[in-house]
Amino acid sequence: MRFLFKTDYEDDIKLFPHSGYVVTYGILLALLLIAPYMLSSYLMSQLVFVCIYATVGVALLILTGFTGQASLGHAAFLAIGAYTAAYLQKYNVPFPVYFLAAGALTGLIGAMVGFPALRLTGIYLVIATISFALIVEEILSRWESVTNGNEGMRVKTLSLLGVTVPRDSPTFYYLCLAVLVLTIVGTLNLLRSPTGRAFVAIRDSETAARSMGVNVALYKVKSFAISAAITGFAGVLFAHKLSFISPEMFTLQLSIEFIIVILIGGTFSLHGAVLGAIFIVMIDPFLTYLKDDMPGIIAGIAATFGAGSATAGNIESKVAAFASLNGLKGAIYGIIIVLFVLFEPLGLYGRWLKIKLFFQLFPLYKRATFKRQKIYVKSERNR
Amino acid sequence: MSYFRAENLSLHFGGLRAVDAVSFAVEKGEILSIIGPNGAGKSSIFNLISRIYRPTSGRIFFEDQDITEQPPYDIAKLGIARTFQNIELFENATVLSNLLVGRHRHSTTRLWQELLFLPSVRASEKVHRRRVEQVIELLDLEPYRDKLISGLPYGVRKVIELARALCSEPKLILLDEPSSGLNVEETDDMSFWIRDMKSELGVTVLMVEHDMSLVNRVSDRVIALNYGRVLAMGSPAEVQQHPDVVAAYLGA
Repeated sequence: MRFLFKTDYEDDIKLFPHSGYVVTYGILLALLLIAPYMLSSYLMSQLVFVCIYATVGVALLILTGFTGQASLGHAAFLAIGAYTAAYLQKYNVPFPVYFLAAGALTGLIGAMVGFPALRLTGIYLVIATISFALIVEEILSRWESVTNGNEGMRVKTLSLLGVTVPRDSPTFYYLCLAVLVLTIVGTLNLLRSPTGRAFVAIRDSETAARSMGVNVALYKVKSFAISAAITGFAGVLFAHKLSFISPEMFTLQLSIEFIIVILIGGTFSLHGAVLGAIFIVMIDPFLTYLKDDMPGIIAGIAATFGAGSATAGNIESKVAAFASLNGLKGAIYGIIIVLFVLFEPLGLYGRWLKIKLFFQLFPLYKRATFKRQKIYVKSERNR
Repeated sequence: MSYFRAENLSLHFGGLRAVDAVSFAVEKGEILSIIGPNGAGKSSIFNLISRIYRPTSGRIFFEDQDITEQPPYDIAKLGIARTFQNIELFENATVLSNLLVGRHRHSTTRLWQELLFLPSVRASEKVHRRRVEQVIELLDLEPYRDKLISGLPYGVRKVIELARALCSEPKLILLDEPSSGLNVEETDDMSFWIRDMKSELGVTVLMVEHDMSLVNRVSDRVIALNYGRVLAMGSPAEVQQHPDVVAAYLGA
């Protein structure tokens, strides 16, 4: 086990507590940089989605994980970013300008959503953000002069400084990776400065935050704005990756996927956003695989246990019918959330920390190390 | 003119007069304790000062400034810090970041500077960190710096709350039952620290407390409350012998 001896206040501020981190993250970055030359084009495409989802995940972590304000409206922020890009493209606005404009506009709208949210907590805030998402969805399909309604909008190929960047080129992947890395670094910077601490303070006790001089309303709005702006940036990349956007892409299901990203990854650390993004991007092809192959496999098993070919065929068609039920995916997502909240509340990153600690302390690891103790009842009076 | 002054302060919940026309003044550099039976309105007075409640009537002055209408977060900016009876710490954060939140009123960096973590932010973070370290040293919190609050025992949390209030370098500190839930030894420590705060840091202390031995040891003056009204005011000995106070506690 490594013991850190801190000799300078700088040691508490540093992004990398010790050289081990520099090495690991250096290797990770190097692998990510050479990935386009190693991986198949399908995996590269998935990796781009991981970057975009992770960026949104980090944005949602700022709001939900660190400020404690739940949101089921992030698909709407993503949509606003995407549509801003698509709309400005029609007027030949260069990429850097509409990229920044999309972030700024989404941030502004995020702040506007933040204001009514000041008086709401918990489930009521969730309902308010769902309503916001539904309003945006409706506007997208009705405001035809700008959004082209339900027919959707075509997004032209990205052109950066006169060079065209196709959506499956390594350059586009590098762009998404750069946005993700910059978002993570910016967020880490925020978290080690007064604003980030104010966010955490609001999450844990608004009363105490207020009596320490934190303007709770202002910081909640700030948190909403930052989170929305980052999601807006991600929306631009999302639009370019899909090359076509329409209102039905930005539904409640997408917002729920973003919640899954942080819930499954772990809400207490930015690692969670990335792990959760990998999970959600990879589960989709996995589910498709199950849907296509499971009926055959189950029928095969039935056949080996002596079922006749007619019975096996019958089983196969029944399983196939079940697998293509409408809403099955939503149900599976729901089950995943429930299982994680019940059995792995710290998420995948929490599991990783447990495994790491197990080997560091071997054979002295105690299972209760990460158990949350709730001994002291907090007063509900001053809420 | 007094340093801190409450004039005819009242807080009514419907027909219940939690605080009823209470007036008192705190002089600079003194330790004033508020005592009284349960439900006497002691904590309510604190919540009125830190603007968690809005007074029904009456005014509050601090350094000759009317602070009755100030928003809650400005109270801290003026230099009034407080602790809570039922500990309100930031549970899922480390001790260090809890204490650094105490420095919030001194932070001057802007959002975009923090996003880039410019040298100015780094420099001011180090200043905050140094100040926090001084408080850690004063209150013997060295072993707990990087621990999460949720894993710490009650007594330590109580001290951390005091530390967080001190980190804001307050001029006036409101202590809401600093010794509740502490054992004799910890209460002794607390009494030393309260006197240290006065003598070394020049902080004025307004304290709600039930433990009369602690009140006797540290306070310069005492106010006794019952049913939201002031029963008696004066030195600890005077107040304890006041017939109304004796009646309120023992029932007569």
